[in-house]
Amino acid sequence: MSPKNFVFELFGRSPVRPLQAHMEKVRACIAELPPFIEAMARDDWDTARVQQKKIVKLEHEADRLKKDLRLHLPKGMMLAMSRRDVLDTLLIQDRIANMAKDIAGLMLGRQMQFPANMQGPLQRFLDRSVDAVNQAGRAVNELDELVEAGFRGHEVEVVNDILTELDQIEHESDEAQREVREILFAQEAELPPVNVIFMYRVIDSIGELADLAQRVGSRLQLMLAK
Amino acid sequence: MEYGTLLLGLAVIFGLFMAWGIGANDVANAMGTSVGSRALNIRQAVFVAAVFVFAGAWLAGGEVTQTIRSGMVDSALLADSPSLLVYGMLAALAAAGTWLLTASYFGWPVSTTHSIIGAIIGFAVVGLGFEVVRWERVGTIAISWVLSPMIGGMIAFALFRSIQLLILDTVDPLKNAKRWAPLYIFLTAFVTALVTMFKGLTHVGLDLTTAQAYSFAVLISVAVVVVGLFAIRRLRFEEASLQAHGSHFSDVEKVFGVMMVVTGCAMAFALGSNDVANAVGPLAAVVDVIQTGEVDPETVVPMWVLLLGGFGIVFGLFTYGHKVIATVGTGITQLTPSRGYAATAAAAATVVLASGTGLPISTTHTLVGAILGVGMARGIAAIDLRLVRMIFMSWIVTLPAGAILAIVFFFILRGLLG
Repeated sequence: MSPKNFVFELFGRSPVRPLQAHMEKVRACIAELPPFIEAMARDDWDTARVQQKKIVKLEHEADRLKKDLRLHLPKGMMLAMSRRDVLDTLLIQDRIANMAKDIAGLMLGRQMQFPANMQGPLQRFLDRSVDAVNQAGRAVNELDELVEAGFRGHEVEVVNDILTELDQIEHESDEAQREVREILFAQEAELPPVNVIFMYRVIDSIGELADLAQRVGSRLQLMLAK
Repeated sequence: MEYGTLLLGLAVIFGLFMAWGIGANDVANAMGTSVGSRALNIRQAVFVAAVFVFAGAWLAGGEVTQTIRSGMVDSALLADSPSLLVYGMLAALAAAGTWLLTASYFGWPVSTTHSIIGAIIGFAVVGLGFEVVRWERVGTIAISWVLSPMIGGMIAFALFRSIQLLILDTVDPLKNAKRWAPLYIFLTAFVTALVTMFKGLTHVGLDLTTAQAYSFAVLISVAVVVVGLFAIRRLRFEEASLQAHGSHFSDVEKVFGVMMVVTGCAMAFALGSNDVANAVGPLAAVVDVIQTGEVDPETVVPMWVLLLGGFGIVFGLFTYGHKVIATVGTGITQLTPSRGYAATAAAAATVVLASGTGLPISTTHTLVGAILGVGMARGIAAIDLRLVRMIFMSWIVTLPAGAILAIVFFFILRGLLG
């Protein structure tokens, strides 16, 4: 007869920690992207391949965490936040990791090389998008504190500050994206047209990282608003 | 009476069996969070619980015992058949004990009080007839299935909202936790002291007027607050986390850990005073009949019977309860001290309110309602509603289950002993 205690079995598995763990994985995945693009830029194919494998592996692990969390949120749960918002946040976080995987896959598969004068701005643009994802991660990290405070009071302000900063970073990433596109536009006529198409696609995808990070933020805002 | 010693022995064994079950399961609910918050280690928790359960059983257990042994069934109708009463009470003890053991095995939070009441009703109906049972009392018990979790839930909701407003949602929760802790400790101690004064102390010979009871309760509470403040001052905080994070709930929870110890003691005391009756009430009735040969609902419960009950509960705590406390205390739980405090303090307060108005309610039911109340205030990240449904079902099943088991045991005993 194993000791059982109803008071403590009454509590379902909180989605907060799994959601944070998933975001942690997504951040780790995204963190491998800048070294990958750097390696591509300096023609270091071995490193690039290793980096791409790392990204795929981390995306896979994030996927597993996602499925695990989904299984642990059956309908009969009374949650401190809406079930819908938790699952949506999870889905968006997961799309960030997918996007990183797509970018790495596409660039490696096409052996893509950006013109030398684009390297600097591109790195800066990517860094801003990665910053946005990290900032979203910081907000998700506050979720357990939010539950602790019952989604009220001072802790809400702390999270709102983080989210305001996230909006700012996303905005800066948009600016950086425009700059990169302008540089590419100026010389697109001299480059192979098919390559240019895919360069635009990679640029869009990197911008999408920041957009998704911002959407994670807006989901958290919805949890606060309830 | 023939077989007198045998029947007495059986009654003692069944009574101990039941008390063991109470100690093994219910006490852990009171002490688990104190261990989980590291305010106490397991050994200290078991020791503190033993002391308070025993004190509760001894000091305040007598009054409730009277209700259990003679409150449900019209004793005047039993005067002609003392042996029926003995078999019936034995059957009730065995039935309730069996039901409790089954329920604990599956982890159902059934009420000890309701098990024994169901069992007594069961034997009364088959042994003496439908009309002996005081059905209006059974009716109020059915009402309490809805009322006690609801009242407990509302008080817990209000209490937790007040904690949010005063402490958790402020810029400096730690400072506010220290500022308001005395108030919360006072409330808890006051409520417990008051129950003891009203419910039990007449039994040990102290007959207090209402005014005396209130002033004694205030005195005791102030003393507890002083001890609590001392304990809070001795806490070590990781103030550094303030700069890093902006809020530092782990330190706040340490303060609540101290409050939790006070509520834990209060709950253990209340459990001892209320639940010891479930084990020794029928035992006291049997002892009385065997010693005097008559049915007299008015005699005082012998002290050794209460002590035996207290001993049984403490024994259950030592043999099995410490394991439950350990799983609760070391396992990852969402019942942090602040939530645990709100829920248990609300449950305790509800029991007092109910005793004041004469409603028979179960601590178990109230506690579940109180936890749901904290959950409604968005204080708990996730509550398993399927389990809540199952818990409600197990409450409704408890009365008939106790009754049916008691009927079975009643016929077995009468068949064997004649």
